[in-house]
Amino acid sequence: MSVDAWFDLLLAIVGGAVRVGTPFLFVSLGECLTEKSGRINLGLEGVLVFSAMAGFGGAYLSGAVWLGVLLAGLSGAALAMLHGLLCSLPRVSDIATGIALMLLGAGLAFYLGKPLIQPQAPQIPALGLGAWSTSPGVQSALAINALFPLGVLLAALLSWGLANTRWGLVLRMAGDSSDAAKALGYSVNGVRIAATTAGGFIAGLGGASLSLYYPGSWNEGLSSGQGLIAVALVIFARWQPWRCLGAALLFGGAGAVGPALQSIGVGGSTHLFNAVPYVLTLVILVMTCSPQRTIKGAPVELGVSK
Amino acid sequence: MAKSHSWHAPAEALLLPIGALGAALLAFGLFVWLGGTSPTATWLLLFQGAFGDAFSWQNTLQRAAPLMLTALAVALPARAGLTVIGGEGALVLGALGCAGLPYLLPHLSGLAGCAAVLLAGALLGALWVALAGALRQWRGVNETIASLLLSYIAIAVFKHLVEGPLRDPASLNKPSTRPLAESLRIGAIAPDSVLGDVHWGLVLGLALCVAAGLWLSFTASGFALRVVGGNARAARLVGLPTDALVVLACALGGGCAGLAGAVEVAAVHTAANASLMAGLGYTGILVSFVARHNPWAIPPVALLFGGFAAAGSLLQRRLGLPDASVLVLQGFAFVAILAAEALRGKLFALSLPRISPLRLAAVAGKPV
Repeated sequence: MSVDAWFDLLLAIVGGAVRVGTPFLFVSLGECLTEKSGRINLGLEGVLVFSAMAGFGGAYLSGAVWLGVLLAGLSGAALAMLHGLLCSLPRVSDIATGIALMLLGAGLAFYLGKPLIQPQAPQIPALGLGAWSTSPGVQSALAINALFPLGVLLAALLSWGLANTRWGLVLRMAGDSSDAAKALGYSVNGVRIAATTAGGFIAGLGGASLSLYYPGSWNEGLSSGQGLIAVALVIFARWQPWRCLGAALLFGGAGAVGPALQSIGVGGSTHLFNAVPYVLTLVILVMTCSPQRTIKGAPVELGVSK
Repeated sequence: MAKSHSWHAPAEALLLPIGALGAALLAFGLFVWLGGTSPTATWLLLFQGAFGDAFSWQNTLQRAAPLMLTALAVALPARAGLTVIGGEGALVLGALGCAGLPYLLPHLSGLAGCAAVLLAGALLGALWVALAGALRQWRGVNETIASLLLSYIAIAVFKHLVEGPLRDPASLNKPSTRPLAESLRIGAIAPDSVLGDVHWGLVLGLALCVAAGLWLSFTASGFALRVVGGNARAARLVGLPTDALVVLACALGGGCAGLAGAVEVAAVHTAANASLMAGLGYTGILVSFVARHNPWAIPPVALLFGGFAAAGSLLQRRLGLPDASVLVLQGFAFVAILAAEALRGKLFALSLPRISPLRLAAVAGKPV
């Protein structure tokens, strides 16, 4: 390959990292917030699919894309709140509830989204950060989803808020020592429900990014495991919002390798390229986890309380 | 605490899931009613399509057969304390093993050949899910996430092989593998009777549920497995081979799901193609949870959800509901069954405890 071809490939991967990585970013931030409070929400896959449908439907019916984005967030929050409430019942496991939510979210989305498969909805605008360049390749690579800066801002906000605010402290206390939170008079379940709901809202924005930016339409195969990968990414990111950003971009890049190679004419099986993120996630999990010690940064109550 | 009667636990074990399923049906009725469909007509069709006549019974039984096997894929690891949900992946690999073996051994035929293709499917499924168990035991990787990731990978490999190297050039519209030779297929149990197309896979599913039930209840290794699931640390302290037992449970479960895929190919689809990915692995998760991971309870629950799946097309044709309506019902059922868990041990405690006067006096006289 020539230098130009390599450059084009690199550009396509960088552009793709942001394009494909944006939903990963939102879902992993949502999961990070949830897990910091001491609960796992495996159901964010269901939240992602459901909110993608709701966001698309909202944008299509109202004609206003940001209304759709808001609706996606709210529907994600509603579904996640169900998770939070269910898990607060005695003897209800958060893992099992997450699985239930995956199935329920997908079922509801496919049911309600049936009439939304054909139409076109207004799309989230792209920010043309590549306007300085004359190269169309650079321009298209740097045309960035307007939700992405919002996600970066959110990562900063979460990172700062968890460390420096009273809310952040209470949330982390519920996740690290529910006894301490109880002793100070906070309702551990209340904190966890709030964190799960807020996490669902954030993950819902990721759903909007799927259906309203890239790929930018609604169909039943829209997400196949992105939500689950994002949940796994939080372990890799050691429960730190900034690292979630890095992990999301890494995975966006991995997901973009296949299409980027194809765009410059290197063929291969689409299906095998599509499997790359799953394999990568598994490899990363195997490398990060260890049976002997708990992972650094893991909330203490995670997986212990149940 | 009120004295609990010996019949309370079994009564609850029956009443809680029935109540939860009732609540799910109620919620589903409300859901379709909000969309302008009559709930009573929906409920009626749901049961007509599932158990209304001989034809719907045949349809139901055909769908229940693989569900029993994919439910075992969740139940067996669950008894060892693992939440494994990779049944769909093991199922497609099982189908691949079954349809793929004749590519390697073209002269397979007869009963032995049929057994060989089924075993090939079971083996692939077993290896795949055992991998999730091994990763959990030796690397501490969350087995729920790992098994689902493995499942997605298996589906990608399946699509790649079926649409690429293993594709039968004669399958034009729907990429498939070469059809299984006539002699390798599984036939109907009694084709001329009322059972119609119901094939031997149903017997296989029932037999394996019974075998799993017997194994868990009456053998030393089955008991050891339940100890591991109940308290892994205690199991380790008394010297049980915890890791081996967990991986064994995963392998057996995966083998069941793989067998489900193989049977679907050998009895229904005759070749491996995209029709196999009908969510049987995911429904199996629900079946196992409703049955509380008890192999004895799996067949009736599988029958029920097989019936709902069979009724799905009727809901679609008669009421114009989307094909995903069965998924919604399943989602409601899953949520309800988990919520019902919170009532366990409390269902009968709601009535006032009867306290004998003697005991009342003792309590009153006791210094606080």
